[in-house]
Amino acid sequence: MESLILSDFEQKYYSELFLSCDVDNTKKVASNGKVRDLFRAAQLSNEVVHQIIELCGATRLGHFGRSQFYIALKLIALAQSGLPLRVESLNSVRDLPLPRFVMGKNEQETRHTVMYTDTENQGPYLPRPPGRVQAKKVSAHEMIQPCVPTVEPQPDTTSPVVSPHQSPPTSPHAWRKHKRQASGGNVDRQPSVPGVVWPPFREAQPGPVTGEGMWSAHSPPPVQESWVSFTDTPPSSTLPMHPPSAQPDSTTVRTVLSAMITNEIQRQTSGYDDPWKITDEQRQYYINQFKTIQADLTGLIPGSAAKEFFTKSKLPILELSHIWELSDFDKDGALTLDEFCAAFHLVVARKNGYDLPEKLPESLMPKLIDLDDSAGVPEPAPEVGFSASPVEVTPNKSPSMPSLNQNWPELNQSNEQWETFSERSSSSQTLTQFDSNIAPADPDTAIVHPVAIRMTPSKIHMQEMELKRTGSDHTHPTSPLIVKPPELSDETKLAATIKFPGTTVGDGYSSSDSFTSDQEPISSAVNRQRSHSGTSPEGLKVVAPPPPPPRPHTTHSRSSSLDMNRNFAAVPAGPQQPGVVAFPPAVPPRPLPTQTSVPHGHRSVEGDGLPAHTSTSPQQMPEQPNFADFSQFQAFAVDQPADDGEKPSDSGQAERCAETTGTMRTAKTDIQSEDRNATTVNSAKVSTPLAPPPKPVRRRLKSEDELRPDVEDLPQKSNVIATVLATQPSIPRSIGKDKKAIQASIRRNKETNTVLARLNSELQQQLKDLLEERISLEVQLEQLRPFSHL
Amino acid sequence: MAVCIAVIAKENYPLYIRSVPTQGELKFHYTVHTSLDVVEEKISGVGKALADQRELYLGLLYPTEDYKVYGYVTNSKVKFVIVVDSSNTSLRDNEIRSMFRKLHNSFTDVMCNPFYNPGDPIQSKAFDSIVSTMMVQAF
Repeated sequence: MESLILSDFEQKYYSELFLSCDVDNTKKVASNGKVRDLFRAAQLSNEVVHQIIELCGATRLGHFGRSQFYIALKLIALAQSGLPLRVESLNSVRDLPLPRFVMGKNEQETRHTVMYTDTENQGPYLPRPPGRVQAKKVSAHEMIQPCVPTVEPQPDTTSPVVSPHQSPPTSPHAWRKHKRQASGGNVDRQPSVPGVVWPPFREAQPGPVTGEGMWSAHSPPPVQESWVSFTDTPPSSTLPMHPPSAQPDSTTVRTVLSAMITNEIQRQTSGYDDPWKITDEQRQYYINQFKTIQADLTGLIPGSAAKEFFTKSKLPILELSHIWELSDFDKDGALTLDEFCAAFHLVVARKNGYDLPEKLPESLMPKLIDLDDSAGVPEPAPEVGFSASPVEVTPNKSPSMPSLNQNWPELNQSNEQWETFSERSSSSQTLTQFDSNIAPADPDTAIVHPVAIRMTPSKIHMQEMELKRTGSDHTHPTSPLIVKPPELSDETKLAATIKFPGTTVGDGYSSSDSFTSDQEPISSAVNRQRSHSGTSPEGLKVVAPPPPPPRPHTTHSRSSSLDMNRNFAAVPAGPQQPGVVAFPPAVPPRPLPTQTSVPHGHRSVEGDGLPAHTSTSPQQMPEQPNFADFSQFQAFAVDQPADDGEKPSDSGQAERCAETTGTMRTAKTDIQSEDRNATTVNSAKVSTPLAPPPKPVRRRLKSEDELRPDVEDLPQKSNVIATVLATQPSIPRSIGKDKKAIQASIRRNKETNTVLARLNSELQQQLKDLLEERISLEVQLEQLRPFSHL
Repeated sequence: MAVCIAVIAKENYPLYIRSVPTQGELKFHYTVHTSLDVVEEKISGVGKALADQRELYLGLLYPTEDYKVYGYVTNSKVKFVIVVDSSNTSLRDNEIRSMFRKLHNSFTDVMCNPFYNPGDPIQSKAFDSIVSTMMVQAF
């Protein structure tokens, strides 16, 4: 019985009554005297009264303590509303009107009763008579503050009227609820409160403390017998005077709020076109409220401030949370003016009994374009960014279609990022659109914060990828193969490896995984070759400029790409040996000496090499169609490392040409034989071929044999190269001494070149074989494991 | 499509847990609880660089006969656990990642709500709707 739940409204009323009964200020009321009068005034039969007194425990105690008194009052209310007197029903019945007491003490009381009935009738009335409106306003003021302050200015007659008059008003406003819900929601409602002319704003249950506290603090002054006396309009008319003067600052908001709410209710009820429409007056009010929190109308209210503000409305936190979710459209944890107005409006509506909508109504949607210019601006940016990046990727895709291999890893990544983009934007859109279906620019704003943060890194990454692709595309639009050599040497080893295997594999083999896996061994091979070339800088004057980034799509058809791959594979080694191989495939060995001399000159003097290269390059061009000639790979591989020079393209071409024709091989063998004839053979490999015709065969066989045993040859070759290169450091010194020495050194360099070129070609061949194996394995794997990693 | 989705706070108590066959909830609750051990193990594995190196998506935590459990940890040690049916083989890793991403986004939105006290059970309707879209649509 003790756990009596009273609305603050009831609390105030009861405590007022109690105090009025407690003339002795003893905090307990005797069962006689006033209490009895009071109970009798309740117009209940004596039996009921007795029953009530018994139930509340006063008979047990012999007197009415505060709680008993309250219980008794509540029971009286129960009885008056015709409900059975049960202790359980004390707390369960929500929709309990205040107990009515008819005191014949003064006409005020009678008026009160009259008013009471009056108000009852008018309880759920929507259109308020102006007088009532005022009263409403006044009462509305007491959201938190009870009538007390208003009581003070008014002594005696009016004050008693005022206090109870106002206490009911302090209860919340759910006038609509009166109509709709017979048995209360979470808020106690007083459909007819003595002295309440309009449905008071009802606050949620957990709110009454402050009000009551204040009220009881002030209640002693207005101790009057005729607590129930209400005047009709006079008190109500007087009421407005008090609240403005008496109210402390903290309640100004409340009062204004309540005033607005009442007006709003009226409007709403009268108009009822769009319950969510914000009228101008309301909007102005909201704007004023916004200013109290945030002076800048275009600024944001931080979440904490908004939380404090809206907590004052005494709505349950869950509902406030829901309101926040509805109104914070861009999900930034802060409220713009529009969002604030929407939230405020929802609070008001909720207090008036409207159920919160699932989605933000259209009329409450924040107008992002108008007010939130700052929010609107960043919105399109990230959106554009998102859409742009996929778009950017696609054009890259199309030109790179012919060579899918290298594109694949990047494209796959970009696809994923596309996924990221689209997912992010769509998810944010769904998040925001739960509020409404219309969301004009809202998804953008919704995306601003999280999306912008998330998208940029991937966007940047995508752009990087794009740049790589486009860069490679742009720089070498004509022939991707040409690009290859410069790209390879230019990029970091890793990048080169990425591109390199791509071209080597060539055939548009799908899995990017395979690519990446391929890249390592290839890169190692490349690196090894490169390092070797790097170690022979002195003699070989590496002239090649840093090649542009490797093109992702350098591979063409399978066969040709394989050839090209070999060419490209040789390219990294190519720069290492400038000017060695610039032979047109069809050119007989005769020009070779000139060419070989040219490379030498090239080493020492770049300029000489250039014309030779250029001269050879056009000759080399026609060789390209011979890509399909795999048999010449090995021979050409030897020739590959030639073109370093200034033009990587030339070297690429040279390599290509070299690889494709068998004559190249012969030419090379001739050269080699020449070299050997000229100088002592340093490496074993150089020494082997003697006669031109058998050389290629032998070399091929040998290279094949060498290539078969895989990578282990590579270190051997590297050792060979190392030994060869080791001899070279002495060369530059000798140049300055003797012509003969110079020539000898030149010859030695040539030999080294040829050796390295051959080694290169052999390695290339090995690489090619390995790649082929890998490709076949991958194909098998794909067949066995369908699309597991797509 | 997930069969059960759970959000677990830093102190390892659930903030939100929802499973599709609402009658068999206890089983999923237990599963999620046991998966927390695996999560702890995974996040304590990377000792050196705390949040930088450690990826948020933890991947498959452990599979059982009937279902697989995936985990995701945020930088504030809030864990998301998704339980999917094993028979649902069409679910790719990317899809799971995207589900976690969506969860993370909507969880962030819930956090942004000033009326939400971190540590409270998540009662946001928006979050509920996101989760519903990810749950098995059979029901």
